[in-house]
Amino acid sequence: MADLREQTQHPRYKEFLFSAKRFLKNPLTIIGLVIILGFAVVAIMAPMLAPPENPEQPFKIPHTGWRSEPSPPSKVHPLGTLPQQYDILYGIIWGTRSAFRIGFLVVLANMLIGIILGAIAGYFGGVIDEIIMRITDMFYAIPYLVMAMALVIAIGRGLKSIIIVLTILGWPTYTRILRSEILVVREKDFIQAARASGASHLRIIFQHVLTNTIYSVLIVASMNIGITVLYAAALSFLGLGADTGYADWGQMVSTCRNYIVGPADNRLAYWYVVFTPGFVLALFVLGWNLLGDAARDVFDPKLRRR
Amino acid sequence: MILVLFGVSLMIFGIMMLFPPGMRVAIFVQTDKIKPGQIDALIARYGLDDPAPVQYVRWIKSVFQGDFGYSITAQAPVIEGFKRFFPITLELVLFATPLIILVGIRLGTLGAVHKDKPIDHGTRVFAIIGYSLPTFWLGLLLLMIFYGYFGIFPPGYLSIKGKDILFSPEFKRYTRLITIDAILNWRWYLFWDALYHLILPTINLVMLQSALILRLTRSSMLESLGQDYIRTALAKGADRRTVNKHARRNALLPVVTIAGIIFASLLAGMVITETIFNRQGIGLWMARAAILLDVPAIMFNVLFLGVVFAIANLIVDILYAYIDPRIHLA
Repeated sequence: MADLREQTQHPRYKEFLFSAKRFLKNPLTIIGLVIILGFAVVAIMAPMLAPPENPEQPFKIPHTGWRSEPSPPSKVHPLGTLPQQYDILYGIIWGTRSAFRIGFLVVLANMLIGIILGAIAGYFGGVIDEIIMRITDMFYAIPYLVMAMALVIAIGRGLKSIIIVLTILGWPTYTRILRSEILVVREKDFIQAARASGASHLRIIFQHVLTNTIYSVLIVASMNIGITVLYAAALSFLGLGADTGYADWGQMVSTCRNYIVGPADNRLAYWYVVFTPGFVLALFVLGWNLLGDAARDVFDPKLRRR
Repeated sequence: MILVLFGVSLMIFGIMMLFPPGMRVAIFVQTDKIKPGQIDALIARYGLDDPAPVQYVRWIKSVFQGDFGYSITAQAPVIEGFKRFFPITLELVLFATPLIILVGIRLGTLGAVHKDKPIDHGTRVFAIIGYSLPTFWLGLLLLMIFYGYFGIFPPGYLSIKGKDILFSPEFKRYTRLITIDAILNWRWYLFWDALYHLILPTINLVMLQSALILRLTRSSMLESLGQDYIRTALAKGADRRTVNKHARRNALLPVVTIAGIIFASLLAGMVITETIFNRQGIGLWMARAAILLDVPAIMFNVLFLGVVFAIANLIVDILYAYIDPRIHLA
């Protein structure tokens, strides 16, 4: 009976079950999943966990006074405050939303551009392919962070600029991967058959080519979310991101740079300013990297059945 | 290679054109003594309102003549600033690169030889942490613990006494790398002082950057250990250590070739590292230039790093072809 049921199941469904089982077998994956789900819950519940003073501008961290010396954790500020009395806990909670927003927006935009150009280059080939691939070569030949810096300055600093710049610089990875995948699929019999039966280029690309090649792009995308957030934070750290007091982890780390050494009697007095925002950022990136690693191990047909 | 460099120059020029003409004036002048009224005259003189292609040709010409303008952050012409700051960056990169490669290879081999044992899991955790930790956060933590709590390894690139020796007239600067010049001048205090300030940034870089090499070595080594000749050697009774050595030799081919890339990306990553540790190299120069909108300095450094990247990529391609006979350069 069980055998019969197994036989009647759709192979795609079986494939999915197999992948899911592999996915959940690795303890590191579970850790990654828990971390990201935890952050997702915090991001969704942000208005309840930390009600903003002004609902119109929830990303502005409330602060009680202008004293530049950070205050240690207390009842009012469970995680302490940044310089100028910005509440760290509030910043972390709303910073989760910032981080998700940056990661998703940039990676989605990158993927969209990358998929369109990669599909055109891989499917049509010829001169268009040559032009698009030479352009990606140029993007690979430049130092990413430094170029991003220069671009952000050129269009004016701020979180929006960072998102735009990372979008401009990030797509070539996806284009390259998709193109190489499509080159393999392009000459397969089922594509020829579709072509022979008169399907339009668009239909072939969307229905036959992309459905068979998109997985590799999705895996890379999941691995890149963490890295993207890390780069955005690095740019914020250099002072090119949001203004002081905006709920963004990179910005929060950068404000504490002058407080690594406390007063003479207690040299570690300000540990919470240095440690906490950066730790949350590291945890977020770690979670995505663990998930991305797992996705690669599970979905890569060459690695999976070993 | 030439085509890519041309493309990179176009991209940099494109970014430059995003700045208003008034800010681009500094790229063509060699001093900071510009009166406000002169800017319009200078814009006209250097044709900063001309069509873009004309400006591009003029800019490329000035680049090939070595004119990069005046940097307000360095308070000197860009080339002078570069001569002053670059050795400090280069010194750190030269110290860190071999260590990163050594640690990465060592741990990667360990992981592959003990596949799925605790050591392997340990090295993999190390790698994934290296991928995830923000450089600036780890750097700040290291500073907080070592400099803040223990009072050792201060930020900066030299102590005050060290700088006194360095800038004293009888100190001859042969290579401009402080440690090497200190040895050549027989100034051991300066040598130890420079080394002392290099330790913490190097630890920071090694902890984070060796992850890439570690992964590459591990997978390459696993592949190499599965080859027939290894099995044959084992079957004939060769001991494990010797076999591992043979396997490693073959596994390292792809690893060695990316040393150039590591070197280049370290140079670019200095923007963060030098900002944390307050070392006056080109990275800190760029970070300051970014805040002060010092266009000539930023553009020069982007161009410089772009060229370094292109050369590193070229070397890697050539090394690949040289090491692996299956690849031929067309």
